[in-house]
Order: sequence, then structure tokens, then C-alpha cells
Amino acid sequence: MNWGSFLTTQLPTLVVVIVGVPAVIVGYIVAGEFLVRRLPDAARPSVRPWLWVGPALFFVAAFLVVPAILTAKASLETSKGDFTGLTNYARQLGDFPSGGAWIAIRNNVYWLVLYTLFVLAFGLILAVLFDRVRYESLVKSLIFMPMAISSVALGVIWKFMYWYQPPGQIQTGTVNAILTGLLRTDPRIWIQDPKVNNFAIIGAAVWGITGFAMVILSAALKGIPADLLEAARVDGAGELTVFRRVIFPLMMPTVVVVGTTLVIFALKAFDVVYVMTGGNYDTDVLANRMYKLLYFSGNTGGAAAVAMILLAAVIPVLIFNLRQFRAVEARR
Amino acid sequence: MASVTYDHVVKRYTADVTVVKDFNVEIQDKEFMVLVGPSGCGKSTALRMLAGLEGITEGEIRIGERKINDVAAKDRDIAMVFQSYALYPHMSVYDNMAFPLQMRHMPKAEIDTRVKNASRILGLDDFLQRKPRALSGGQRQRVALGRAIVRDPQVFLLDEPLSNLDAKLRGQTRIELQKLHRDLETTFIYVTHDQVEAMTMGDRIALMYDGVLQQVGTPSEIYDHPANLFVAGFIGSPSMNFVPVTTSNGTAKGSTFEVKLPKPIGEKKGTLGFRPEALTDRAVEGGSTLEMKVDVVERLGSDQYLYGQVGGDQVTARVDPRMKVASGDEVRLGLDIRSIHVFDAETDKALL
Ligand SMILES: Nc1ncnc2c1ncn2[C@@H]1O[C@H](COP(=O)(O)OP(=O)(O)O)[C@@H](O)[C@H]1O
Ligand SMILES: [Mg+2]
Repeated sequence: MNWGSFLTTQLPTLVVVIVGVPAVIVGYIVAGEFLVRRLPDAARPSVRPWLWVGPALFFVAAFLVVPAILTAKASLETSKGDFTGLTNYARQLGDFPSGGAWIAIRNNVYWLVLYTLFVLAFGLILAVLFDRVRYESLVKSLIFMPMAISSVALGVIWKFMYWYQPPGQIQTGTVNAILTGLLRTDPRIWIQDPKVNNFAIIGAAVWGITGFAMVILSAALKGIPADLLEAARVDGAGELTVFRRVIFPLMMPTVVVVGTTLVIFALKAFDVVYVMTGGNYDTDVLANRMYKLLYFSGNTGGAAAVAMILLAAVIPVLIFNLRQFRAVEARR
Repeated sequence: MASVTYDHVVKRYTADVTVVKDFNVEIQDKEFMVLVGPSGCGKSTALRMLAGLEGITEGEIRIGERKINDVAAKDRDIAMVFQSYALYPHMSVYDNMAFPLQMRHMPKAEIDTRVKNASRILGLDDFLQRKPRALSGGQRQRVALGRAIVRDPQVFLLDEPLSNLDAKLRGQTRIELQKLHRDLETTFIYVTHDQVEAMTMGDRIALMYDGVLQQVGTPSEIYDHPANLFVAGFIGSPSMNFVPVTTSNGTAKGSTFEVKLPKPIGEKKGTLGFRPEALTDRAVEGGSTLEMKVDVVERLGSDQYLYGQVGGDQVTARVDPRMKVASGDEVRLGLDIRSIHVFDAETDKALL
């Protein structure tokens, strides 16, 4: 790059972005408000919100709804664009239990259950315990830190953590170093051994997201008035009973929201798997399968079918999550 | 049912934040003790140390003969009503009241009997299945009381339980609480910042200011013989009149008047205190008289308050409503010397 191309091509772009985008936004608002003001008084309150959500709706439609419809169409066609009915779905869902997408589906179920439960459990335990320690915000920041790491870096880090050397050699992977050094057992092949590798990968992902659950649950915990807990103690409840009978029920709505969010994360799982195994050694998940079908096999129909299966799994959770969220808000 | 003893109790949060200082009180079994003082003086802290919700920095607290410094809150057998009521929002009224009994592993049938009994006493029968959210403030307050009375505790603690109620309900509940105390025959410790509540409800009153216990006594002892200037000013409404004086032998000299004292005090600077009702529209036998310039007259039917000045000092008088006065008048008022107080100008302690 040189100054010439900067001045002739990039600078104009920069100016358009800095000046043009705000100008368009302001223009839209001013023109919209101008038009809304012309309306009869009674109509205005119902029209004005549409003016303001309009841009968001437009972008959601352009980047989500339309592609979703196109994907649905593609899932019913061959890679060349000929209609084939449900053939793509039949291929993905045939040959139970090890053909088609079944390994990926099984692994997504692992993710769904283990990832969600462990993150919730750790998040809850950490939130409750850290609520009682001296340097709460410091410790919480530490746990939250992995959230700041990109999933790719997280995958790389954990690949090193799980690194394997044959028995007798020096273990450079932290996990195997602990196994051989402290527990005096043989090292394990964490990433390639199909008996453990899914759990190893899920463990890495859990490490990465626990801070998120902890922070949200901790906020919910802090929202419980202290005198409720004091009342329970005076009423004769021990700390565990206080948690079980007062704290947990009051945190339940938040637990559900975090839980369903995690379920969606689990269904969408891709990055950690992609980095750590590329979906090999029986660790594939639906999102990675879709990616591979599309870019390695050029099987657009198959990829679209997997995407639709994933969508079908996510939508109920999404609706439930939105309802729950509204219920929590309404209770405030 | 037990007595409660605070023995040289201190609460310190940090080296230089001491919120309760050398607190000593003995509360008798079945007594209704009111802990009163202005907001922030350490009343709640004193109560919470007894409940086990705050640590005790120094000294000891005993329930009966048992020292409870190191006993966990749940094992102290105390019931507490919080200012915010602290009802469990996710439990029905019934479960709120049953909770402390469940914690004691009481049989279901027994719990049911007790909860039904409490709800009958408190008029909560129709609300047992409701959540606290669906109750009015007064009803919530009753549930909080119910949760405490089902238990038959050793001591009953109430931290400003009436302050979230409207004036009318507060008056009613005050009376009901006294009835409840009589029926339960349990030690009550009641915290309030409202001197009217203290005067009307307490068997005895413990008055705190700035973390220090100022005086303990029956309402009439505290009203008639305040131990110091602060107590004198805090109890009674409108509050006691204070006028700077110089005493010598049997008299106290103010700026424009002289008052005979019931018993001689040495040569001292002090503050003369007398309640508004110690002033009357006619001279009192053996008493003194004050010339008052009336600024404002307030007629309340049963009473008449005169706000004005004696010499340069603000004075309030409560006189017979039939006395004819208008603002701007100069009136001569009698002062009953049996109800005057003199406080040391330096120590604020009562000299009479
Ligand atoms: N955790 C704390 N740390 C430091 N000071 C506190 C703490 N809790 C209460 N205080 C102080 O203790 C004093 C007494 O509080 P409190 O007992 O609640 O007063 P009251 O109930 O008489 O209004 C107040 O000045 C308050 O600011
Ligand atoms: Mg208080």
C-alpha cells in the first residue's frame, strides 16, 4: 500500500463511512419524523414505533429471514439447483446410528446435556461461593477472563493442554503432566481417542463460558434482598437450606434463561471443534458438518439440510427463552 | 421465654467506626422493651447482634443464662420481624408461616394447626394461598408477624415493623402488638425511631444516641426524669423548651426572667428545660411566671399551642384551649416548678 492508493481509494471510503452513514441515519429520522407529524394525531402513536424499529427490521430481514428462506429452498435441491424433494434430508438422517449426520447429532446431544449442565453448575457454585469471599471482584474477573479469549485461541490453548506424548517421555501437555506427575497414571490420548475426546472438547468449551454464566447468576444472586436470607437464618435454616429453599428458587428464572442460552450455544457449537479436531475422530457436530459439506464437498443441498435440522432444533428453545425472559422482566 | 442481657457490648466495623459503644441492658423475661433513638444511632445493630446477624466485637449477650456470642443465628431460637417484612416472595402466605416450623422438623399436622391458629389471630385466613406480592402492605406486615408468632420463640425481635404502614394502620397495629405481647407472654424487643411508639408500647424504654445508651426506664421515668439534655429533647412532642440560664442557690436566671428551683444548685451555667404543658395561663402556686411574646397560635380543639419568645429564646406552650390569645399578644404564663429540669451546660447531664 502507498499514499497514492490511500488518497484515491481508501480516503473517500473513510469519508463516506464517517460522514455518509450518520447523514443517512439523520436523514431517515428527520424525514420519517416529518412524515409522521403529518399524520392525524390518533394514528401517530401506532406509526412512530415502526419508524424507529424499521431499520432494525430491514436488516433482520435482509440478513436473516431472506437467507433462511433461501437455505430452506436449497435444502430441497441438488447442488445444481434441481428440485429433489427430501433426498438431502434422507441422506443426512439415513443409516442410523453411525451414517449421515448421526455422529454429529449424537455429539450435539452430548454438548446439549453436558455443556449446559456443567456450565450451569459451575456458574452457580462459583457465583454463590464468590459472593462470600473478600476479593470478590478480583476472583470473578479471573474466572471471567476466558470470555475475553477468542474461541480459536481457546481451542489452540486446550490442544496444548491435552497434548500427548507416549508413556515414559516428558509430558508437555498440562493435563497429561498432571496425570503422570501427580497421579502416577498413564497419559491419555485426549483428542484422538473417541472414548474421551468429546468430553475433553466440551470441557475446554465449559472452561471458556463458565465466566459468562457466573456473572449473570451472580447478578441475580445480588438481586436477592439480604434480609430474606437473614430472615431464613433467624427462622432456623442452615446455609444449605437457605440456598435450597430461598436462594435457588429466587434465582430459578435466571437459571432458566442462562440454561436455554447455553442450550442454543451447544446446538451452535462449532469453533472449538473446528480448531481442536476439525470434526475428526468422531467429534463432529452439526455446525461443523454443515461447514464441511458446503466448503469441502460442495454439497450445498446437504449443508442446507443440516442447517435446517439445526434451525428446527434451535427454534423451540429460542421461543421458550424469549417467553421466559419476558416473564422475568414482567416480575420486576 | 427468657431474659436478655447485654453485657458491655461493643460493635466496631473498623478501627474508627464504632456503632454500638459499651451497651449494657438487662431485659426481663416477658418484658416489652423498646429500643428507641434517632435514625443511625445503632438500634438495629444492637438488635441484629442479638439475632446473630452481626458479630459481637466485644462483651457478651446472654439469653437467659446462656451466652450466645458464638451460637449461630439459626440456633438462637429467636423470631424477628424485619422492617421490610422480608417475606419469601416465592412462597404462599401459608408456606411463609410454615417455614420456621419446617426448619424445626415439626410434624405436618402440628404445623398446620399452628399456622391456622396464627392466621386466625391475625385475620389472614382468606389469604393463605396467596403470594406476598398479591397482598397489601398491612397484610404483608401481618404475615411477617405470623411467621414470628407461630414459633413460640424465646425472644421476639421487631425492627421498626410499623414504619411502612400508613398512620391509621400504624395506630391499630400498635394496639394489636400490645395485645399480642400480653397473649404470647414472651419477651419483646422492639426497635423504633418514633418516640410516640416507644412511649405508648414499652414496659420500659432504652434510649440510644450515637451508639451510646442514654437512659433505661419506664416511659414515665424517662418522660418525667430525663437523664440528660438529649433524652429530654427526644421524648415528648412538641419537645421540651430549653433556655440557657445561670443558677445560683435556689434560682435560675434567664435573660429576662428568674425561676425558683425546687432544690438549690450551686453557681453554674446550665440549660433550663420545661415541657410545653408545664406552662399555664394562670400563675401556679409557689411557681414562677414568664412573659411570652406570642408569634403563632395553633388551636387543635383539645389543646392550644402558643409558639413565641421569652426573652430571646424560642418557647412553646400548651395551654387551655379556652384561653383567649392572638398572635402578637404579650401574655404572662405560670410555670410549674415541679416539672422543670436543669441540665449542666458542659456535660448535658440533669442536675435536678
Ligand atoms: N457494614 C457496616 N459498615 C460500617 N458502618 C455500618 C455498617 N452497617 C451499619 N453501619 C453504620 O452503623 C450505624 C448504625 O446503624 P443502624 O444500627 O442500622 O442504625 P439504626 O437502626 O439506629 O437506624 C449507622 O451510622 C450506619 O451507617
Ligand atoms: Mg434501623
